[in-house]
Formats: sequence, C-alpha cells, structure tokens
Amino acid sequence: MTAISDTARATRRLSLRNINFALVIFVVLYAAIVVLQPNYLDAALFMNFLRRAAPLIILASGQLYVILSGGFDLSMGAVVTLVVLAASMLIGGDPEMTWVVIASLYAMGLAVGLANGFIVSFLKVPSIIATLGTMLLVNGLALAWSGGAPRGDLPDNFRNLGRLVLKDVPLVGSLPIAVLILVVVTLLAWWGLHATAYGKRLLAVGDNPRAAELAGVPVKPTRISAFVISALSAVTAGILIGGFSGVSVNAGRGLELQAIAACVIGGALLLGGRGTVVGALFGALSLFALFTLLNLLGLPQALRDSLQGVILIAAVGASVLRHRRST
Amino acid sequence: MQFRSILAATLAVAFSTAAYAQEFNDPAEFKKQRELLSTKAEGPEGKPWEQHLGGAMIDTAKFKKDGPHTICFSNAGVFNPWRVVGLNNMKGEAALQKDRIQELVILDAEGKDDKQISDIQSLLDGGKCDVLIVSPTTTAALTPAVEAACEKLPVIVFDRGVNTKCPVTYIHPVGGYGFGITSAEFIASKLPKGANVLAIRIVPGVDVLETRYSAAKSIFDEAGINVIGSEFTSSDRAKTKSVVEDYINRGVKIDAVWMDAGDTATAALEAFEDAGLPYPVISGEDQQDFLRKWQKENLVAIAPSYPTYQWRTPIIAALDILDGKPVPGPEWNLPQPAITQETLASYIDERMPALHYSLCGCQELPGYPEQWGGK
Amino acid sequence: MSIDILPAGRARRGFRDVPVPVVVIALAAIIYVTAAVITGQTNQISFAGLTGLLQRTVALGLVGLGQTFAILVGSIDLSVAALISTVAVLASYLMQGDPGMIVPAIAACLALALCVGAINGGLVAYWGINPLIATLSTGLILQGVLSAGFTYLGGRVAPEYQALAYQGLFGVPLPVLLLAVLALVAWFVLAKTRFGAHLYAVGGNPDGAKLAGLRVERFVLAAHIIASLGACVAGLYLAARLQSGTPWIGRDGIYDLESIAIVVIGGTALSGGKGGVIGTIAGVLLFASLDASFNMFGVDAFLKQVLRGAIVIAAVAVYAVRNKGHVA
Repeated sequence: MTAISDTARATRRLSLRNINFALVIFVVLYAAIVVLQPNYLDAALFMNFLRRAAPLIILASGQLYVILSGGFDLSMGAVVTLVVLAASMLIGGDPEMTWVVIASLYAMGLAVGLANGFIVSFLKVPSIIATLGTMLLVNGLALAWSGGAPRGDLPDNFRNLGRLVLKDVPLVGSLPIAVLILVVVTLLAWWGLHATAYGKRLLAVGDNPRAAELAGVPVKPTRISAFVISALSAVTAGILIGGFSGVSVNAGRGLELQAIAACVIGGALLLGGRGTVVGALFGALSLFALFTLLNLLGLPQALRDSLQGVILIAAVGASVLRHRRST
Repeated sequence: MQFRSILAATLAVAFSTAAYAQEFNDPAEFKKQRELLSTKAEGPEGKPWEQHLGGAMIDTAKFKKDGPHTICFSNAGVFNPWRVVGLNNMKGEAALQKDRIQELVILDAEGKDDKQISDIQSLLDGGKCDVLIVSPTTTAALTPAVEAACEKLPVIVFDRGVNTKCPVTYIHPVGGYGFGITSAEFIASKLPKGANVLAIRIVPGVDVLETRYSAAKSIFDEAGINVIGSEFTSSDRAKTKSVVEDYINRGVKIDAVWMDAGDTATAALEAFEDAGLPYPVISGEDQQDFLRKWQKENLVAIAPSYPTYQWRTPIIAALDILDGKPVPGPEWNLPQPAITQETLASYIDERMPALHYSLCGCQELPGYPEQWGGK
Repeated sequence: MSIDILPAGRARRGFRDVPVPVVVIALAAIIYVTAAVITGQTNQISFAGLTGLLQRTVALGLVGLGQTFAILVGSIDLSVAALISTVAVLASYLMQGDPGMIVPAIAACLALALCVGAINGGLVAYWGINPLIATLSTGLILQGVLSAGFTYLGGRVAPEYQALAYQGLFGVPLPVLLLAVLALVAWFVLAKTRFGAHLYAVGGNPDGAKLAGLRVERFVLAAHIIASLGACVAGLYLAARLQSGTPWIGRDGIYDLESIAIVVIGGTALSGGKGGVIGTIAGVLLFASLDASFNMFGVDAFLKQVLRGAIVIAAVAVYAVRNKGHVA
C-alpha cells in the first residue's frame, strides 16, 4: 500500500511540475506578445485569442485520452475536415437543420472513433498505422462526397458557435460562444480523467496493459472509449473551426500533429501513463501563442515549423532530464 | 542544440542567397503580359476558350489521323477547388465532343512529380493514346518526361509549362504577372498615395503564384502604396482570418487587401466584420462566394481570374491536331478577363457552390450545373 | 508494446507460416495482373510495363530501406520527408548544372544526412527523447529552414547526373538496379553480419541486450544514421529524376508516413526486433502495384485515398490479428 501511495504522490508532484513547464512557456510567450502589442492585455483581445485557440485545445484534450491509453490518433485532422464539409453539405444553409445535423456529425465521429478503437483493440493493428489508415479513409471519403470542393452553406446559427462574441457580459466584458464551449469541454475532459475511476483505468492501461488486465481492468473497452472521446472532440473542434471561418477542404490539415505536440509540450508521456488535461490546455495555448507571436514579429511563416520543432524538443528534453533527476 | 542552431543558421544563409539570386521578377515578361491584357482576342466571339491573343499558328498536318480518338491526360492532381472545377470543364468538353472521342483516359498524379513522370511513361507504354495532354506538377521536373512523349505522339501542355518547345502547343491564359497587374492597378486606382495594403498569399515558391505577387508589388511600389505585410495562409480559411485579425489588432489601418488567389477572400473580409470595421478595398478571384459577398455588401472590389475555361481548350486543341487543322502554337495565349463592378451581376449564379469558379465557360456544357456541384 | 508469441503459432502449419513478404508480393502480383487483364491493358505486363512498375518503387523503396533499420531497432524516423526535400534542393543548388560539382554535391548531401541522422540518433539514444517527437521536431526544423530560405530555387542538377535517373542497363533502369543493390546490401547486413544480429537483439529486447553487454545507444544511433542515409539517397534520386529539387517534394510524397506503412505492411514489428528489408521491398511493391492498378481502372483521386487507407489497415491486420498481447 505504501508503495502505491508513494507512486501516486510522485505522479502528482511530477504532473505539477509539468503543468508549470507548459504554463511557464505560455506565460513567457504571451508576455512577449504583450510587449510587442500591449493591447493583447485587453480582455476582449484575450478572449479573441482564446476563441481561436479553442479548437486546438479541444483537440489536444481529446488526443490526450488516446495518448494516455498508450496510442496515437492521427485521424483527428481528417475528422475535422469531414465535419466541416459534411456540415455544409447536410445543412445546405438551412438554419432549421443545424441541430439535427450536429447530432449526426457526432454520430459520424462516434463511428470513426469506434472503428479506430476496434481496429487497434481487436485487429491488433498498431494505432499509428490504424489511424493513419482511417485518416486517409476519412479524408478521402469527405473529399469524394463533396467532389473535392466545398458545397452547400453554413447558416448563421451554426457559424455563431465558433464566431459569435457576446458583448457586455458581466466580469469578462466580451465572451465568445467558442470560449464557453471550450470551458465546458475542458471541464468534462478534466473530470473524466482526474475525477473518475475511468480515468485511473485509462492511465493503468497506458502504463502497462497486461498488468491492468490482470488487475481486472477491461482493457479493450477502455482503449476503444479513448478513441471515441478523441473522435468526438475532433467533431467539436470541427464545428468550432467551421463556425469561426467557414467551409474549406483543408480545414483539418495538420491538426493531428499539432494536437499531439500540444499534449507533449504539456508534459504528456507518449505511449501512455502520464499526462494531464491542464498540461494539454497550456501546451495548446503555448503553441497558439507561438503562432501569434511569429505573426506579430513578421517572421517568415515557414520558421513557425522550425520553432515548433525546437520547442517540442526543448519541452520533451527538459521533462526527460527532470524525470531522470527525480528517479 | 548549439550545433543545430549553427547548422540551421548556415543553411538559412546559404539558402537565402539562392532564393534572392533568382526571383520571379522578369521585367520583359511583365511588359509582355501587360500588353497581352489589352490585346484583342482572335477567334469566335463569346467563346474565350477557343480564342487566342496574337501569336502564330502551327501546322499539324502530319498528325492527321482517323477518329474516333483516344485522348490521354496526365493530370498533376485535383488538390484544390480550382483544379476540381477545371477537370469538370475538361470532362464536360469531352462529353460535348463524345462522337469524336473514343475514350478520355485520365491519370491523376496526386501532386507528386515522381508519380506524374511514371504516369506519362505508363500511358506511352499502354500504347492506346492518340494524343497526350499534360498539366505538369512542376515545370522542370516534367520536362524530360514530356520530351520522351513528344517522340511518340502529339503533346499538348497547359496551365504550367515545361522547359522544352517540343509540345505542339502550350495553352495558358495571360499569366501570373497579368493577374497581379489587373488586381494591383485596380487597388492603386482606388487608394491615395501612402495607403496600406495587406497581401494574403497561398504558399511561397510556386511560380504561377510568385509572379502574381511580384507584379502587384512593383505596381504598389510605383504608386507609393505600402505593402504592410505579405502572409502565406495555405488556402486555409481559419489561418487567413487569424492573420488578418492579427494585423487589425496591430492598430495599423488596412486600406486594402490584395490576394494572390481568392479562395479565402471571404474569410479575410469576415475578420473586418468581426472587428466591427468597414470593409477594405479588395481583390479576390472569380469564386462564387466572393462575388456574392461583393454584391451583397457593395464592396469596392475586383476579381481578376486565372480562368478555369483553359481546361476546355486542350480537348479542342487535341481534336484539331488529330484533324490536321492548324492551331495557335507553339504558345496559345488565352484571354484572361477580370470581373468588375459592371460585369459582376452576370457572373453570379446562386445555384453554384461557394468555391465554383465563375469563369469556367461551362454554362453550356452537358451536365451543368449538377456536374459542377450546383443545384 | 506487443509481444508476439511465435512458438505457439509455429506448431500449426498453414497460411500463417508463410512469411509475410511472400504473401505481400503475391498479393501485389495478383492485384497488378488482375487489373491489367480486366481492363484489357495486357501490355502493362510486358517488360516495359513491369520496369515502369518497378520505377514507381524506387523513391519510396530507398526511404523504406532506411526506415526499416530505424523501426527494427525499436525507433522510428518521421524526419525523412523533410530530409528528402532538403537533399534534393541542396543537390540541385550545389550543382547548378555543372558536372564538376556532381561528386561534391553528393558528398555534401551525404554529410548533411549523416548530421541529421546523428542528431536524431543522439536525441533518441542519448537524451532519451521519444523518437516520434525527436524526429518530428528535426523534420519540422529542417522543413522550416528550407521553406523560409527557399522562396524559389534556381538550381538544377548537371545533365550527366540527370541522365543517371533515365538510363538503364539491359533495359532495366539504373535507379531500379540501385534499389536492388542497396536492398541486397541491407539484407546482407541484417541477416549475415554480427551488427545485424545485434540490431535485432537491441530492437527486440533492449534491456536484455544491455545486460548482454551491447551498447544499445550505439545501435540506435547507427540505425538512425542509416535511416537518414536512405532518405538522402532517395532525395538524390529524386533530384536526378526531377532535374531540380523543390522544398516540398518530400512532404507532397508523404514519404514519412508511407515509408512507415510499407515497412509495417512488410511484416516488421513497430515495437522492433522483428522483420527485415525483404518485407519492406514487398510492401513497396504492393503500393506500386496499387498505384498502377488504380491508374488502369481509372479510379477517382479521392476514392484512391479511401482504398489506400482501407488496404493499409487490412494488410497489417491480416498478420497483426494473431497477436495475443495488446498493441499500442
């Protein structure tokens, strides 16, 4: 018993440090933004920053579940593209259809998540290959369905989810709907991971599936549910992205890697066993702050990639060093 | 880490010298395209895809062959809506001429040079083709493959060219400089000296896009208009909107937005809406969503084009060549019109999807509008 | 990761005892021939058609050979796509059409690949950074510097160098021979040398290898250098074939994910220690015959993606499904 509580304490201490790291990166980057552009301290601009970062944060919290279970989900970006294209085609500009279609989008997400989970758990295909396959498949389906170019239209009530900013809200001033959704999703993700038995099971599965199985954890259902959560978060992010800027065929391109990067910067350990929602949140915010900063600096967009690479190595490298020192 | 940054810096320096050694700024080509823009087109009235701007005709008697013909097409890919609409135009033209065409074989290279070279090779090995149409992924890469094909059958190249004169004809609209000239001259005419323009672009390094910017930049410089930024957004609407928002947040007044392609023009405009600012003067392209927004919001705007009707021309050329009829060559310059306030209404078709390119010349083709995604 | 219980499987004879590469090659042949027969394009089965098919395997095959080493040792390399672009661009930039520069340019590219491989290997083996993150990051860094530096590339390779990609010996294109020779060398190294045996040992059970006195880190480093060299040769080949490199050929070719896919389809375990280059060659043959068959059937570009995704999953699942343990 003491051994277990020791590790538990160690984990808690560790995760606290990791949060600090992603938080530190974010604060430093945001401070740099403010130095360049003081009006980013305005509540309204900060809210706008959050509005734009919301999809990536939501993707990262979903991806975190899969990472904690020991896998990867490369199909998230394709799901985002599918959601944006499908929403536009199915709604066809008719506001009455919005809510029905949103429900069916979640059904599609559920299907993709179940497929991923099933392929990994039952067909034993490594998740990196399985979700690479579904990524190609879903992307191809979305493009084939739309004929390769966006069709239909998104009505205002759909767009508002990612676009509308409520004015004159007490305390915060302005409040984008996307930020409201972000808060709800993040709280849900936090609750599911850190306050339920399910969360503990997920960590156990990621840490050592065989041991977890011997301890009576239903490994396969736990795994599958992680993929489902990830896909559903991708649907949510897709709805926000479609709302923020409208339909496009490459709405989701590259988002899966950004989501994984956000988790890693937030201290999540690839192949499972360690990571927190708060870490993923600040990891995603750091990435987004970096992008904004580069925009403000007027640096070539391409260097974004390079700096993202440097930050990734730095974040993971630092956590490796800390980990070594503490053991 | 230090080693890496030194390496990165060395590479960056080495490469940036290369980058500036050869820019897309060719004054002779700029001048030529400016003249072509005002050249009167020859050919059937109202059918710009059959017209040509000056240039010679080429004799094709030696290619004469009895029909019906198998036309082979090596396509760079359908990785953006422009190419999707274009390919539909080509299929539409083939459907129109179906009596004279046995088969239209299309191989899609998915944007990979290496695959397109193999695709052309396998079309030649297949031995079915009477004529080969190529829309190259990149100019230099496809040159040897096209040269090899020229030895076996008549070749037609369109959109992007190749570094050889062996194809019977190379079909293209006026070009990137022309696009930049039309759009930038309009913006310059609407703004006072010292005004600010923001340039939104797709990706760096692509010839047909770089020339658009280079032409626009020199016109802005001449007119004393400041280009406050030139940003790449990979045709991503979210990125475009974010970039424009960031510029708005800097507090600099943006008087105009210039775009090297219009597919994210409405996203750029939304950034102004969300910030509660008036719309800027804007240059977009001939996509339906931009045209509709322009009409609805009474924008001060222009839509230059890189017309997708050029995808019809290769089929027409192929059949003419196999008939032994002379065609414009070795370069076939197509007209490159722009949509202005006066002509705006005639290009709007509410049935068509958002990113339908209005200068498709496809309204009379079989299957319109359903084949193009319309209702 | 997964633990494969081979001895139990070996007791039963049947389909599952056939080596993966044989099944994959047979599948590739069946797909290709069926497509040619059904569509009536039987001259695609001719010598010219088949060399054309083999030509399609070269670039991905070369990357795949290197990737096999990285995966065998239990690592992975996501930076290959960016390295391919960098090498292709660097080669054409340095040559500028001058035949005298062929050798220096190749040497410079190899040196660069050596550095990238050493950095990857160092990050993974000595610093202990997860290989996915480490190589993703080096790839991002390379790609960023490349696209930022090169808004346009004026360079082109020397005509003599370009000819290498288009000439042949007894009708077989030189690049195909190059791939065959390198595949043989790689097979020999893995199957017949002590280095190869140790590589498998390290990949299969790093802790055991360490206890047995092997310097695990060195093998990981070596495998990463080989992976980068594979990408480098692929980049050099593409530069010759395409006359000049563009900063996006690696990315557009999706060489990172596709090289991993062919390695895994060829039966090499992602967890390391099991598989080999014959499987990888089989995997790339499968991809090439799919490509060629899609062409023959005239499959729509988007549908191709769907089919490719389904086939990747199915090809791996056929063999993975017998695993008793859980996979990640």
